[in-house]
Amino acid sequence: MSQSIVIGISDYKLAKGPEVLVTYALGSCVGVCLYDKVSKVGGLSHIMLPDSTNFSNRDINRKKFADTAIVDLVDEMKRAGCGNNRIVAKIAGGAQMFEVQPGSKLGAIGERNIVCVKQVLNQLRIPILAEDTGLNFGRTQYFDLATGIMKIQSLNRRIEEF
Amino acid sequence: MFENYDELNEMQIDMLREIGNIGAGNAATALATILDEKVDMSVPSVRITGFDEAVENLGGAETMTVAVLVNFSGDAHGMIMFLLNVEDAKSIMDILVGEDDGEDGLSEMKISGIKEIGNILASSYVNAISALTGLTIEVSVPYVAIDMVGALMSVPIIEFGAIGDKLMFIEENFLGETNDLKSNMIMFAEINTLKCIMQKLGLEI
Repeated sequence: MSQSIVIGISDYKLAKGPEVLVTYALGSCVGVCLYDKVSKVGGLSHIMLPDSTNFSNRDINRKKFADTAIVDLVDEMKRAGCGNNRIVAKIAGGAQMFEVQPGSKLGAIGERNIVCVKQVLNQLRIPILAEDTGLNFGRTQYFDLATGIMKIQSLNRRIEEF
Repeated sequence: MFENYDELNEMQIDMLREIGNIGAGNAATALATILDEKVDMSVPSVRITGFDEAVENLGGAETMTVAVLVNFSGDAHGMIMFLLNVEDAKSIMDILVGEDDGEDGLSEMKISGIKEIGNILASSYVNAISALTGLTIEVSVPYVAIDMVGALMSVPIIEFGAIGDKLMFIEENFLGETNDLKSNMIMFAEINTLKCIMQKLGLEI
């Protein structure tokens, strides 16, 4: 396998098969894989927070938030030749890393990230083909652009393919 | 007046280093008492880094790590994490409990022991800052998790990284001399808390 392309926290990248995209150790963040199987162009976005609108009076990093990062990545994919209705999604992450008391905002952020990512994908009419989200463990997410397969690696768990 | 962590000046960073020194000094004393051995503490580092760099500094995203997390609130808002690798966590509990229980990983009992140590250290740290500044600071119950350090760090990164692309934390390494036990403590605080502490200590900001 060739060297994977690494996506950092609050970043996204797009590439074309046979490249492999990877983002390491997702905790409460959510990794969103987008793919067009005809052109084999795909992207991976490491989303940190759900909603940029609370910070609209500041210069924000659009790659950090679900509502801006996904929209921008889809635009870039379309410019790279992805068909309008062909883009599909696979998502992972959004865990609750520490077992905090119910109702704490610390515990809820992973869940809020997942909800917001799904909302944005829904608005863009991008179907979610697979997800490995929630629970209480970290995940490294590989996205193989030759096949569109998302692979999830966690400590003390079997590698899962989606 | 600073609004982002990367706008802190040298004098302000020096003061944060001193706060780390006092807080972690108190925590190191507590750890030495618990372990009944001499504990050396590094000079505190004030790190102002990008998110990925912060994780890289702690051994790399996928490194398996034991983390105890304590939130503090009241007049000051932030988070303290006590981090150590699984082997050192096991060794500490072997010293305290007296013998190896034969289990490969960390047993539930040992994990809860580490959680309590993290709690004592974080409380010692916060108490020192509280005594220094006169601020009333409450600490949460401790939370513990064992996972990839990148995934564990996503919690403070999300909490303190919403504004700007830099994270600020004060880091100290502890070394237990007899048994070569390594651990480290990192403290995150909201921008307004940093301002408040600095003003209490007489720094013009």
